[in-house]
Amino acid sequence: MVARLRPMSHDPSTTADGRSALRPQGNGSREAAVSASGLVKSYGSVKALVGVDLEVAHGTVMGLLGPNGAGKTTIVRILTTLLKPDAGTARVAGLDVVADAAVLRERIGLAGQYAAVDENLTGLENLTMVGRLYGMARADAKRRGNELLERFDLLDAAGRAAKTYSGGMRRRLDLAAALVANPPILFLDEPTTGLDPRSRLQLWETIEGLVADGTTVLLTTQYLDEADRLATEISVIDHGRVIAGGTPDELKDRVGGERLEIQLDDASRAEAAAQALASMADEAPGIGGDLVTVGVHRRGGAIVEAVRRLDEAGIGVEDIALRRPTLDDVFLALTGHAAEGDDEDDREAA
Amino acid sequence: MRRLFTDTLVIAERNLVRLPRAPELLVAFTVQPIMFVLLFRYVFGGAIKTPGYSYADFLIPGIIVQNIAFGGFVTALGLNEDLHKGLIDRFRSLPMARAAVLAGRTLADVVTNGLSATILVITGLIIGFSFHTSVPHAIAGGALLLLFGYAFSWVFAFLGMLVSTAEAANSVGFIAVFPLTFISSAFVPVQSMPSVLRAFAEVNPFTLTVDAMRSLWLGAPAGNNIWGAVVWAFAIIVVFAPLAVARYRRAAGQ
Repeated sequence: MVARLRPMSHDPSTTADGRSALRPQGNGSREAAVSASGLVKSYGSVKALVGVDLEVAHGTVMGLLGPNGAGKTTIVRILTTLLKPDAGTARVAGLDVVADAAVLRERIGLAGQYAAVDENLTGLENLTMVGRLYGMARADAKRRGNELLERFDLLDAAGRAAKTYSGGMRRRLDLAAALVANPPILFLDEPTTGLDPRSRLQLWETIEGLVADGTTVLLTTQYLDEADRLATEISVIDHGRVIAGGTPDELKDRVGGERLEIQLDDASRAEAAAQALASMADEAPGIGGDLVTVGVHRRGGAIVEAVRRLDEAGIGVEDIALRRPTLDDVFLALTGHAAEGDDEDDREAA
Repeated sequence: MRRLFTDTLVIAERNLVRLPRAPELLVAFTVQPIMFVLLFRYVFGGAIKTPGYSYADFLIPGIIVQNIAFGGFVTALGLNEDLHKGLIDRFRSLPMARAAVLAGRTLADVVTNGLSATILVITGLIIGFSFHTSVPHAIAGGALLLLFGYAFSWVFAFLGMLVSTAEAANSVGFIAVFPLTFISSAFVPVQSMPSVLRAFAEVNPFTLTVDAMRSLWLGAPAGNNIWGAVVWAFAIIVVFAPLAVARYRRAAGQ
């Protein structure tokens, strides 16, 4: 936590929490799309952010992952100029979020869980209004609105009041509103919260399309599968700080790579099974009833090897599977442990 | 400055376009005032003595002023809704003039107030009201009316952001403004009131504005009423517009 007061550095060893994985790969001369350092924000006595550092490279997707109240939305509100930080600095698209706020607003788009559209306006009227507030002439704003409605599959509903839209349609309209000015950087605050699985998938595909076109995206989510699918890099947020970061794969590796889960015929043989398998892993296998769990280094041949060993020891196997840790595992491991444990893990990973 | 002007118009247009699609608001602007005119004229009208004027003549300026004061309700409800549905966040994330959100909202009220005053005047003409003065006087009365309504839009803008829900905005506004409109010369001559109420009624901005309207539309002796009413309207704007803006900044910046 000491490191938070220091400016961002390209030397990974200077950050206490070892977030070296968050640095953009190479290309040190080009400024990151988003960079924040030491962001602090309190609401009265409630500390929303206690020192957040972030860096998002151009054309990538940064996922801020964390439970409700972790501070994700506060970060987005600061980066989109809605809120001034109490301390720390942030630059988006090369502009300071406080000093250059007015100019910055022309370069960013914001969409979120509230789907901030005027329910009494039609889809087209909503987009036209936003376009005109970006300073477009009415005709241009209307043309742009129609383009976006077509792209987001809302053309049929263009003349209907937004209050008649389904949740998914409303969210797409909200996203379209954020894209009116073609912003190079897009902020999505819990874009799929409350959506049904089909609308969610649709929205994911839309976001993937935007990223393919070169848009930089910073999104917040409570959903691990969402971060896993969309994010190039993930920052895990808890209690107002970044507690871990890296690619989804790096985060999973941090929890200990892959796990072999073996269900035995007979729970009483679990000790014997653990002994037979012990040399396959660094750590002692875990035992829970008839389930033995072994952390393995290499995927190749692990199942065959385990079955062979258990067969030699005369232990019957009911089921065996190799399981990759999910982000759920990551999150539980990270937030379930005390802070010193996290630092330990992080140093190892770095 | 040009930006503020165009953005204000965009927001005002937005607030007006959505109006016909919110039937409950449209009823509040049209049917409700007509209902009040008819109730007062035919239920109380016979019992209230208004020396020098028919009750229809006496009533219409009063009820129009009351109605206009409540026109700002839409602003209270609308701002409250915008804050809670995230629209204010959207606006604040856009490169628009920030003041336009409030300015556009209150400007839209001027249009709806004009509409609702026109409906009331027509209703009045049907039930026996008539202008006793010249056209310029009548128009000046209309302008005073809109100025007064505009001032109260800022009161409601403030109230709308002060409370947490649209329902609360509704009841707070009602409790704060309704007695003010009744303890005035709007519906009965203040001379008929007990002395404490009468003392209050005589300095009440509603009384001044209603009396100013009566002199502009009916030719009643003006006294200081017209200037008094204008001063009151500006005083209300000077106090409540900054309060509303400050409240907006606070409410939106969280």
